[in-house]
Amino acid sequence: MSADGPAVDARPAPDEGAAIRIEGLRKSFGTNEVLKGIDVSVATHEVICLIGTSGSGKSTLLRCANLLEPIDAGRISLWGREITGPGVDQNLVRRYIGIVFQSFNLFPHMTVLQNVTLAPRKALGMPRARAEEEARALLSRFGLDDKEAEFPDRLSGGQQQRVAIVRALAMRPQIMLLDEVTSALDPELVAEVLDVIRELAAAGMTMVIATHEMGFARDIAHRVCFLEEGRIIEDAPPAELFTEPKDERTQRFLRRIIAAGRL
Amino acid sequence: MDDNQSGPPVDPFAGLPGASARSLGGAWQAPGSFGTTGRGSRMLGGTGRRATVISTVSTLVVLAALAAVFLLAPGSRQVEHAFFNPQDMWRSFVGNPRQGYYSVGAAIWLNIRMFIVAEVLILVLALVIALIRQSTHPAMFPIRILSTSYVDFFRGVPLILVIFAIGLGIPALSLPVVSSQSDAIYGVAALVLSYSAYVSEVYRAGLNSVHQSQVAAARSLGLSHRSALRHVILPQAVRNIIPPLLNDFISLQKDTALVGILGTIEANKAADIYSEQVFNFSSFTVAAILFLILTIPLARFTDHLIDRDRRRRLAGAAR
Repeated sequence: MSADGPAVDARPAPDEGAAIRIEGLRKSFGTNEVLKGIDVSVATHEVICLIGTSGSGKSTLLRCANLLEPIDAGRISLWGREITGPGVDQNLVRRYIGIVFQSFNLFPHMTVLQNVTLAPRKALGMPRARAEEEARALLSRFGLDDKEAEFPDRLSGGQQQRVAIVRALAMRPQIMLLDEVTSALDPELVAEVLDVIRELAAAGMTMVIATHEMGFARDIAHRVCFLEEGRIIEDAPPAELFTEPKDERTQRFLRRIIAAGRL
Repeated sequence: MDDNQSGPPVDPFAGLPGASARSLGGAWQAPGSFGTTGRGSRMLGGTGRRATVISTVSTLVVLAALAAVFLLAPGSRQVEHAFFNPQDMWRSFVGNPRQGYYSVGAAIWLNIRMFIVAEVLILVLALVIALIRQSTHPAMFPIRILSTSYVDFFRGVPLILVIFAIGLGIPALSLPVVSSQSDAIYGVAALVLSYSAYVSEVYRAGLNSVHQSQVAAARSLGLSHRSALRHVILPQAVRNIIPPLLNDFISLQKDTALVGILGTIEANKAADIYSEQVFNFSSFTVAAILFLILTIPLARFTDHLIDRDRRRRLAGAAR
């Protein structure tokens, strides 16, 4: 798998510790403390799903890990190197961590191909011909061959989200953060996006996935973290967390999910 | 549609208050097509034909009323002679330097040149001001304050005063090079200073119209702030502000006439000189017509862009 595409060609795992290690992370927006001390680490090739109600801090955690939000306290390191300290080149860090958003955030004034090639060309200085060649390879791998000349508003939600994933992959990240990537999709379009994520997991991509798709989380995750009010309440393999949750709050959350018919 | 040959394309909205805009250049048009099933089109065709009749009749009534007011006014003969004398219009259009008056038709070229130079400079200066005002870095604070004051000042001071201040003040300073330029250059400088303040606000509105998530998406891909601005934010911002931008430029085209107060022979000044020589204002009518010939195409082009943009949005939203 990792041999036939450039972007998922995950670097051999460096030995120095976890791919991402987050320690004592706190983040407030005004007086509202959204993250109240998060400790979690993700090993290389590991897939972690974050579950919890809206507002529990999943998205903020991912945005902090991508340095899109400055943090108030704590530290984040990649393979043992701290990225939240002073003098860190944010643009360099972001080449190693891709993020995909709930609302796709494709560039509406650019074609699919331009969306995918912009960052490799302008951030990596890749020549246009090579960037396009790699973009086409990725697009065809995710069933988007015939869409390269389309503008985003001509695509379905599922197609747009797949383009967004390809756009992030074009930077050859070592880690992918997925922020509720299926939440804005019509139900019948969810599967095509989840398939893409499964493919990435099979290729060994290190991923942190915030999701409301419990069945998917149970299938794909090595570990599932349940967040509530800015804290990780429970962190366990899916078989354990979904069948015998230890914490009372996790149990309550899962009961509601089951009652809603989503597990 | 066969019963609709006499009228314009089916327009179920014609005849409503918005319909008048249609005759002014098609700013208002029925969104998309409304199906072509026999019954529907007959029904709409009937409405469309009726609307055409109503709008034609009302236009004729209004024009007739205006003509009546003009012709029945006690001084209509004098006004016609003073403003619409064909002989004077022609003479002022071609000019005759030996008799001490300039060609209005030739002088308009100076307006066009001033307009083009000013427009390019305004687009650049206004963008710089807008970007400074949008910056958030603490080190930019003094420049930010300066830009804000600049915009406040030049939006508040009448353009004609700015032209006087630059055109009379700068030469009076007796500086090398700067103080020995032509009046047209001082005029352009004043136009640029004044209009950049307005246009920078238009740019700022455009920059704000691009959603923050676009910035996040660009930065998350590892693009620098500058790259994100240049390739992602600005192109979208500019697309959103083309109509108001063109609106300001229509206004700029005619404001080039104000530079004449410095003595520059532009169209309005040439008309002024002619009228003083022969005590006839028809030269101003010539200048007015020439300005209209310049501004109307730009106005129609603006309408066209607004219309196209709206259609695109509808097409995008239809998915």
